[in-house]
Amino acid sequence: MDFPSRDIAGRVTAATTSSFTEHLAQSRPDLLPFGRSLPAGALPATPHATTIVAMAFAGGVLMAGDRRATMGNMIASRHIEKVFPADEYSVIGIAGTAGIAVDLTRLFQVELEHYEKIEGTLLSLEGKANRLGAMIRGNLPLALQGMAVVPLFAGFDTARAVGRLFSYDVTGGRYEELEHHSVGSGSVFARGALKKLWRPDLTEEEAIRVSVEALFDAADDDSATGGPDTIRRLWPIVYTVTRTGARKVAESELATVSEAVVAGRSVLGREA
Amino acid sequence: MTQQFYVSPEQVMKDRADFARKGIARGRSVVVISCSDGIALVAENPSPSLHKIGEIYDKIGFAAVGKYNEFESLRQAGVRYADVRGYSYDREDVTARGLASVYAQSLGAVFTAEQKPFEVELAVAEVGRTREEDHLYRLTFDGSIADESGFVAMGGQAEAVQNAVAAGWQPDTGFAGAISLALSALAADRHPLPALGADNLEVAVLDRDSETTRGRVRAFRRLANREVRELLGREGTG
Repeated sequence: MDFPSRDIAGRVTAATTSSFTEHLAQSRPDLLPFGRSLPAGALPATPHATTIVAMAFAGGVLMAGDRRATMGNMIASRHIEKVFPADEYSVIGIAGTAGIAVDLTRLFQVELEHYEKIEGTLLSLEGKANRLGAMIRGNLPLALQGMAVVPLFAGFDTARAVGRLFSYDVTGGRYEELEHHSVGSGSVFARGALKKLWRPDLTEEEAIRVSVEALFDAADDDSATGGPDTIRRLWPIVYTVTRTGARKVAESELATVSEAVVAGRSVLGREA
Repeated sequence: MTQQFYVSPEQVMKDRADFARKGIARGRSVVVISCSDGIALVAENPSPSLHKIGEIYDKIGFAAVGKYNEFESLRQAGVRYADVRGYSYDREDVTARGLASVYAQSLGAVFTAEQKPFEVELAVAEVGRTREEDHLYRLTFDGSIADESGFVAMGGQAEAVQNAVAAGWQPDTGFAGAISLALSALAADRHPLPALGADNLEVAVLDRDSETTRGRVRAFRRLANREVRELLGREGTG
């Protein structure tokens, strides 16, 4: 039999958690984006977010996403952002059911910040990648019903002083990727472009150009991926993460690069 | 059978309050000062890892005196409260007033219902866009809440420290001025004069313009010993 005092200590320890997700699961499970069981029935069309590319460059990693969300054969949004800063040293990109993915990203951001405030120190990059895997696994029941979320995670490992990339499957499986990776409906085409254009030790500017080229190729052949929109002046969202932290690449910079890519391809007068 | 003696409620409350006051008086003081650059939180604390000052949310900081385990559990509860609120509504909807009233309720409940009251005193600070929009709340062990303007001093020699800050406080000083004022106030009325310096101080600030100066919404920043020394040195020479 346990002593009553040990019981109290046990209960206090059990209630102490540095994880925001665990805290929500204990106290407010209704706020979690996943973990609910759905009644049987067909899901109506919902917005889906598409292509994300990521790659390493000299001194860091880059992640870029197009701006389109689709709902069946319709364009649901031309302005959606799919790449977000997760914390000071990491970024997350999402493909899949937009509604759940956006909430999952928000939860992941709070999760990292919460840990930092409670513990007074940042999670290690591996720790962050594992937490994200656990969240994706939490979403598995919804994924089976057609609401899958597949993220891409990139960050600067401050302990090892390198940029690293992680991809996931719907079961929460976590895989470290080398050099470059891409997820979403246009990822097949983007991957082809990355294989030809990526080389070791790209500079940050070159990497931005390569990401825009890869997204252009994805948009060219995949109807669910949006290309650079010169009419509305919408460009991909690009983040870089280096020793100094995550940085959102300015719109003006992306406008220059995107216009240069479009011009470069039109001048050839060929099949892009 | 044991005899139950009658003790009047006044006496019970007085005993509890005396007990809490004694506990708090044993600890070192903490000063929170609102100034032109933001809000400076300064504590006398020789430990570099067991903090008395912490970040709660984007614009909200926390400072405490008393028993570490008690105020640490309150700090963590505050972080949880703020993060749940910000996650379920929006980041803008987390305010120091809301947090302070939750703290007041839990301190009040512990004071009346538990075996012993919490031996802590808390300050909740929220930095605004201008100094007039700063909010400082002081919470005592019985759940009393006070809306302070300009500065808060808590802890062992709270009264002496409070008077010293009041004598030297000017609303338009920067962080350097506020921190050196806090330093001299913490040493006030103590004999022999303690050797206070960057090494036994814990200093954090809530930057007023963290978005423009650092590109971050989170205003809370812990100052390293080196930065504190630099700020104090600047004040000494200039």
